[in-house]
Amino acid sequence: MSDILKYFTVKEMKKSLVMSLWFMILTFPIMVIKVNTIEDTVVWRWGNLIGIGIGAFFMSTLWRYLLERKNMQSPLSDKKTLQIRVMDWANENPKAKTTALIAVGAFMAAFPFLTSMYQTSIMTTALMYIVLGLGLNIVVGLGGLLHLGYAAFYAVGAYTYALLNYHFGLSFWICLPIGAGLATVMGILLAIPVLRLRGDYLAIVTLGFGEVIRIILENWNDFSFGPSGIANIPRPGFFGMSMKLQTATIYIYFIMIAMVIFTIFVVRRLENSRMGRAWIAMREDEIASESMGIDITKSKITTFALGAFWAGMVGVIFAAKTTFINPASFTLWESVMILCVVVIGGMGSIFGVVIGALILILLPEYLRAFSEYRMLMFGAILVIMMVFRPGGIISNIRKKYKFEPTQNSAESSKEGV
Amino acid sequence: MAPILETKNLTMQFGGLTAVDNINFKVNSGEIVALIGPNGAGKTTFFNCVTGVYTPTSGDIFIAPNKTSPQRINGLKPNKVTEKGLARTFQNIRLFQNMTVLENVMIGRHIKLKSGLLGAIFRPKATMDEEQKVIQDSYDILTELGLEQYVNELAKNLPYGAQRRLEIARAMGTEPALLLLDEPAAGMNPQETKELDEMIVKIRDVNKISILLIEHDMSLVMSISEKIFVVDYGKLIAEGSPDEIKQNPDVIKAYLGDEDA
Repeated sequence: MSDILKYFTVKEMKKSLVMSLWFMILTFPIMVIKVNTIEDTVVWRWGNLIGIGIGAFFMSTLWRYLLERKNMQSPLSDKKTLQIRVMDWANENPKAKTTALIAVGAFMAAFPFLTSMYQTSIMTTALMYIVLGLGLNIVVGLGGLLHLGYAAFYAVGAYTYALLNYHFGLSFWICLPIGAGLATVMGILLAIPVLRLRGDYLAIVTLGFGEVIRIILENWNDFSFGPSGIANIPRPGFFGMSMKLQTATIYIYFIMIAMVIFTIFVVRRLENSRMGRAWIAMREDEIASESMGIDITKSKITTFALGAFWAGMVGVIFAAKTTFINPASFTLWESVMILCVVVIGGMGSIFGVVIGALILILLPEYLRAFSEYRMLMFGAILVIMMVFRPGGIISNIRKKYKFEPTQNSAESSKEGV
Repeated sequence: MAPILETKNLTMQFGGLTAVDNINFKVNSGEIVALIGPNGAGKTTFFNCVTGVYTPTSGDIFIAPNKTSPQRINGLKPNKVTEKGLARTFQNIRLFQNMTVLENVMIGRHIKLKSGLLGAIFRPKATMDEEQKVIQDSYDILTELGLEQYVNELAKNLPYGAQRRLEIARAMGTEPALLLLDEPAAGMNPQETKELDEMIVKIRDVNKISILLIEHDMSLVMSISEKIFVVDYGKLIAEGSPDEIKQNPDVIKAYLGDEDA
């Protein structure tokens, strides 16, 4: 108790008081004065002012307390975070881990049969964002390359299916690999000019690239039917069987589940491979990794290509799910959203991205009642996340290796594991 | 036998500034050679030219690892130079901070491995064996440099001296014929410097790696190097054994200034 009390000094209180006064002045015009234009009267709502003052004071105190507590913790302290404790527990109890995985699997499998079509549909969207997030995670989280035009590859996949289907009647299953392939090619095309760019400059060029693709789709009417988009895109077929809307929704849901499993499987393996390590080294220090023999050119191209691959695939599924696409689905906002999934979830961490996508996509859907405040809450969450958990909800923990204790290193390896 | 590293008339200009001026330089196989000079003399620029970070304005660089015939490496990218058998450390530590100590060394082993994208996804036996081997090899290198207790730590959490050693371990992972150390003793206390001294000699004797180091710590330079090159204002002003260098009037002038001035 006394530990907590030491944070609340008079100095801190004064600061909070100033903060609350500042908030009262700031919100005075909108929260206190209310002009009634019909009766030409001004209503002074002083009660609001007091409420804001007290609210701001408490919020400020809480904020300072949390910030102080965070700063008190030394980065090298042995105190284990909740995340590490959970992970340790899972490693010690492999049975419980398997049980949990089976439970999650069973829940996901039963989900469309237990809930409405609407629920299934938004869960499918969330699953799509998981795959998109994992794809972008290769570029941003592992490769350390800030990419703001990711939605462009998503658009390439969606338009590949829509156009190939419109002109040649190609089916979903044929277009799935073609869409992914074309997106990969686009990824490589983008990677070549940005090889020499880093950080802010890279972000600007990728942002531009994303907008270029969208504007082309919007204006090249002969090719992409412009802003009116393409309608009546068929849903995925199942050996030529015709499906009712509900069956089709469930079917797409399971296609997405399979995609998520496939993506996690591949990304997990990439992450701890020779190639994945090269990407991470490139993220950590480009010059040093080059001096250690890593071909930066090749690494950058592979991250962009593999990142684009997943976006292309999801794009095809997106077109099949909504049966209608137009360029408005692939704006900068879309890229930012996917980036938020990666950053909030935890850069470089697969589980983090999964959680991030679920939170960012499902929460707004279930909070429709507060939809007016959605952007406000979104902003607040981002700020709070960046201050208190800059590594994301689930930060990336590197794989640990065990070594057979030899005579002279017996003690050290015990410690190291 | 051809020297393991040789530069002929190496010159590097940045606009009007000549940072490295016509340097002829030689490291023979199995030697420990030091490159010294006052601050801003062009030592690190020389390093960067040799390791491919800069492309020299003129002149030639030849390397002849493992008794092969000399190859010209001007303008090769750093990763290609490393593949030829040159590895380096950095003056300001440049570890992969958020990777574990073991992974840092595994990155050093990168060029010795082959597995690609498909290997990573399908994990055929060849890839798995390769992975097992690289883990063990990296661990052995860490053990050799006394870093095995940190194996699963993140590199950024290591004490300073250990980070310096890890840089050397990472460079050794590439199995170089010549190791270039850029101020390895910077920021170390005398005890740590002494340990480093022993370590460098051991690397040369046990691993048969020639060593070129830039260093300001004269006790280290004089005690371990067999040959010293002194540069000042980009020019090579002296070369010879430590004793010769100590007596050389040009070197004394470069370091302490002219007696008459």
